Amino acid sequence: MGAVDMVELIADKIKMRAQLTGDIVEVKVLMSHPMETGRRKNDIEQLIPAHFIQLLTATLNGKTVLEAQWGTGISKNPYLTLRLKGAKVGDVVEIIWHDNLGKSAVQSVIVTQAL
Amino acid sequence: MRRRDFLLGLFSVIVLAPINALAALWNKSAFEAAQLAEATKHLTIDTEIISQDIEIIAPERAENGAVVPVEVRSNIANTEAIAILVEKNPTPLIANFMFSNGAEPYVVTRIKMAETSEIKVIVKAGSQYFTQVKNVVVLENGCG
Repeated sequence: MGAVDMVELIADKIKMRAQLTGDIVEVKVLMSHPMETGRRKNDIEQLIPAHFIQLLTATLNGKTVLEAQWGTGISKNPYLTLRLKGAKVGDVVEIIWHDNLGKSAVQSVIVTQAL
Repeated sequence: MRRRDFLLGLFSVIVLAPINALAALWNKSAFEAAQLAEATKHLTIDTEIISQDIEIIAPERAENGAVVPVEVRSNIANTEAIAILVEKNPTPLIANFMFSNGAEPYVVTRIKMAETSEIKVIVKAGSQYFTQVKNVVVLENGCG
């Protein structure tokens, strides 16, 4: 039950879905993050400090399937689709990210059959 | 006192190590490079082979440079990594994706484009690098 509570607490930071079609699981991930470049100015002409996701890891049943490094060029509220071969219904896909200010978010989802 | 100092020291190493380790993973010099050639140099890429086996799907014209959808697929055997760069952005390197354990060399994301530019994709397969470009006309600046 603790795990369920935790997923709900962080559900606003990462939303995801993993569906099996044929032999491919398609994982769609939507993250909530400002992705500030550090070059933008606010209304009173002050620079807004850089704040962006640098590292993102996806795992399938605990095994790493994707390691991504990002710069400031990924759009605000990042979107990601990845495709996994050899995954099946009931498997667990987890996403974790770390940003340049030391913040992190984690979310996992169980693979379901596409309708 | 000495024992406590030792324990405090040990504690700070344990607490700080993961953050330092993560910071070390991120290729700072490549991501902060202001020129495309400098970014690829820091990715330790020297020679790239132009390949038709890399597909880049992006709009011909992007209304808003802040959100340009990009889909990349590599049909090159043993693809390990896909890097996405935008030549005319203030910092050209957008992302580097490394695939393992059954992940397809395929990614969809949304990127920022400061102005009309080529999107350049570099695929790593073994010790070789392959590349393909796609031009996108940007109607409204997206980097700010």
